[in-house]
Amino acid sequence: MAKPAELHFFIDPNRCIGCQACVQACTECDTHRGESMIHLEFIDRAASTQTVPVVCMHCEQPTCAEVCPADAIKRTGDGVVQSARKPRCIACGNCVVACPFGVPELYEDRQIMMKCDMCYDRTSVGKKPMCATVCPSQALFFGTLDQIGQLRPLSEPVNQFRFGHQVISTRVFMMMPGGLVGHRPLVDVTAAMQDRPRERAIRLTPATTDPFSQVEV
Amino acid sequence: MATLPVDELKIIERFGPHQSAMTGVRLSTSTEPERLVKTHCCFCGQQCGVQLKVRDNQVIGFEPWEEFPFNRGMLCPKGVKRYLQGAHPDRLTTAVGRDSSSPHGFSPLPYNEAIARVAGEIARIQQVHGPAAFALLSGASLTTEKTYLMGKFARVCLRTPYIDYNGRLCMVSAGAANKKAFGIDRTTNPWSDMVGTEVVWVAGSNVAECSPITTNYLWQAREQGARIIVQDPRITPVARTCDLYLPVRPGRDAALFAGVLNLMIEHGWIDRDFTETMTVGFDEVAAYCRQWPVSRTADVTGVPERSLRQAAEWWGTAKTSFLFHARGIEHHSNGVQNALGTINLVLATGRIGKPKSGYGTITGQANGQGGREHGQKCDQLPGWRDISNPDHRRHIAAIWGIDEKDLPGPGVDAYELFRKIDAGEIKGLLSLCFNPIVSLPDNAFIRRCLEKLEFYVAIDFFLNDTARYADIVLPGSLQEEDEGTVTQVEGRVIKINKAIECPGEARQDWRIIQDLAHALGRPHGFTFSGPREIFDELRRASKGGVADYSGITYEKIDAQMGVFWPCYSEDPRTGLAIDHAGTPRLFEPGSYNPVARGEGPFYFPDGRARFNVAEYRPAVDDVSAEYPLFLTTGRVVSQFLSGTQTRRIGPLVKQYPEPRIEMHPRLAERLGIADSDWTTVETRRGAITLQAMVVTTIRPDTIFIPYHWAGPKSANQLTVAAQDPISKIPQYKVCGCRVRKADAAPAYAAVREPQQ
Repeated sequence: MAKPAELHFFIDPNRCIGCQACVQACTECDTHRGESMIHLEFIDRAASTQTVPVVCMHCEQPTCAEVCPADAIKRTGDGVVQSARKPRCIACGNCVVACPFGVPELYEDRQIMMKCDMCYDRTSVGKKPMCATVCPSQALFFGTLDQIGQLRPLSEPVNQFRFGHQVISTRVFMMMPGGLVGHRPLVDVTAAMQDRPRERAIRLTPATTDPFSQVEV
Repeated sequence: MATLPVDELKIIERFGPHQSAMTGVRLSTSTEPERLVKTHCCFCGQQCGVQLKVRDNQVIGFEPWEEFPFNRGMLCPKGVKRYLQGAHPDRLTTAVGRDSSSPHGFSPLPYNEAIARVAGEIARIQQVHGPAAFALLSGASLTTEKTYLMGKFARVCLRTPYIDYNGRLCMVSAGAANKKAFGIDRTTNPWSDMVGTEVVWVAGSNVAECSPITTNYLWQAREQGARIIVQDPRITPVARTCDLYLPVRPGRDAALFAGVLNLMIEHGWIDRDFTETMTVGFDEVAAYCRQWPVSRTADVTGVPERSLRQAAEWWGTAKTSFLFHARGIEHHSNGVQNALGTINLVLATGRIGKPKSGYGTITGQANGQGGREHGQKCDQLPGWRDISNPDHRRHIAAIWGIDEKDLPGPGVDAYELFRKIDAGEIKGLLSLCFNPIVSLPDNAFIRRCLEKLEFYVAIDFFLNDTARYADIVLPGSLQEEDEGTVTQVEGRVIKINKAIECPGEARQDWRIIQDLAHALGRPHGFTFSGPREIFDELRRASKGGVADYSGITYEKIDAQMGVFWPCYSEDPRTGLAIDHAGTPRLFEPGSYNPVARGEGPFYFPDGRARFNVAEYRPAVDDVSAEYPLFLTTGRVVSQFLSGTQTRRIGPLVKQYPEPRIEMHPRLAERLGIADSDWTTVETRRGAITLQAMVVTTIRPDTIFIPYHWAGPKSANQLTVAAQDPISKIPQYKVCGCRVRKADAAPAYAAVREPQQ
């Protein structure tokens, strides 16, 4: 069976509370028990509680597969980029270096690359991925474009990302605050990295940059 | 004398906490479960539905339960890893007795011998010193059946007034405020009502870490247009993206509520029709609030004037709203006043008892709601009845088949109970589901009290930190080894289903209590064959009370996926038998309740809600020249309460291994402290040395320490045992402290694992 074509994965970092339910749940998955395939990072804990969860973005043209000298990474017909095939993977780490999203990881002890396969054992039989099922903030969501549109009118799903000269289309969507998405539904990652980080990702009304500026120490 | 039998590290070496891991069948990718058991998480008051994978009498994993309406498959990391508390190396599979000749301080005892010894000690103490010389401590993580049985065991079998529970540290400020304002103590609406509301005010609740599933409801409310107001001294993950953040100075919440209500009165943002026809007492509250002009409110609370004005405008002019609070405003010696302050804001707008408008307190423990309703509180009888009320006493005495005169009167709160141990009035103690040496404030005092006891017996599945002081520990049951009901955050009664049998000589807690009653020669009323029979008696006992469960059955819970109480077996209007589905939403216009009898929707004879003057009083042991910084305590998402379970689950320990001291970089710079530096915090009670965590997400005049750890890492070495005069909740959320860079790493760092 294949993952139903109308079901998609959506990531909304604005909702993420950093609880690691996804990380803990990912270690329970039957294809890779004991290891999490999710990357959940604080951007800068000293400055903010903002965290970002990243699963494999399942690119239309996966860079990891393109650079693999052993042809170990396959994209199935339903658009899911699979983890490295054990008989083929030579643990060279090309994919780890090449992936613009930093997703694949090399497991030296097992001599294999492993990464998120969108819980293929679950999604291919009609279930939701484990992480998106448990996520208490639903920063990770699995469903149809219609559902996400109805549930989240303030945000827009984006699945094109620019890294330098490379524009990547992915099967996984990133939710952007509605006002931030311009005429082109594309996130220019390289340009965003040039920006000075915002002082705090907190939206305060009335606007203040530091809610504690009046507090004496 | 209950001093430690051997060095504490020797006890820890054998009994833990040790970390469990995913090994064997729990790691295998090819092992299939024999069955899936639909039940609920054992931890917080959200009570997420989950399916446990069971094989060979062991829980080997979980599968989300997406049909359960509250969480629809969602779980926090504790819910995901809860199953790793089973088949644990620290599990007590026999009774153990204190034995200082044993290298680890305790030796196994045959179960029947342990029961006989406990009964003998109870009988001896009660014969020599009177029935009230023996006390019970119980807990709100127990099923309602067990909490009912514990209340009955204290009053009927032991005939002692001294029973109280750990909800005293958790829910009592909210409960007392609800009782005073509404005449009933329950969240008013199902959480699904939140989506579609205009404003949500979150007062003192770190929703993301302490009630994670509520986060999705908050975010869905926002997607549908709600503005989120968060009141907290820390920029918690939910505060990070809220619409209005109120950075309140610890201990000043009642002033904030009075100031905001005063602004609403000044601007005419009051539902006068509602306050005049559905409530009493508004004028007195308004008069008090006039003492809180916005400039004074800003001075006292530390919240800028413009933020107070914005809060008043949004709250005052909304058409629908929700207000939630939790321990952040409740854990205060002014906790009841704080909670009443929120209720005044709600009543002033008339936005209650409606589909998109509600009020609630976010319960902490699994059965934070049900555990406070059926008689394990020191002043309470089943059905939310009052042990001092003659009618209530007669009703319950009749159910229990005893003479009303033999029913003891009210006891004292859990902390006062320790003061009575200190004073020598209480000589013996039984604890179940309570770890006071970690969870009570100023815990050096608690240790001294434990050392004074003539006899202490603990019932637990692990040798918890307090049980190290016990004479005998009886091997109790994990949540998945028993069945019963709990009442979750919304007031929905749900069913815990048994997945596996107890290992070895461990027993379900209700069996242990009944075995003790039999060994004491007083089996009358303790011959239940199981939780279902206990529940059936509880239903009859609760009938006619405010917390009426008489119409709830295990079958109805299964069929409806939960039943909101009150749920009647007989129509309160007519007295005729009915098949009642329960009461998802309280106080709806035209609703009938047995107290008001049609006079109005609230649970008072006139049917009206009560405004109560919610007075600001400064915290006990507030900041001073000597102790200039605020200390506040709380939780992290990967740990739960005193950590008896979660400090034994390896992946949860790894997520946040040890407590750290959160402080603002401006404070850290002044003190010469860098991130991860060993740092010492001192209060009038004691000192602690932990590593610093330097973050901009906390008020610069405040530090935060999570409280889940024991011994030298316990935050409650520092906290003050000041209590609310009405609810007796301790003031965990504020006291004065001073902070300095530590001279060296603490001695414990070399000899204790993170969770120990």
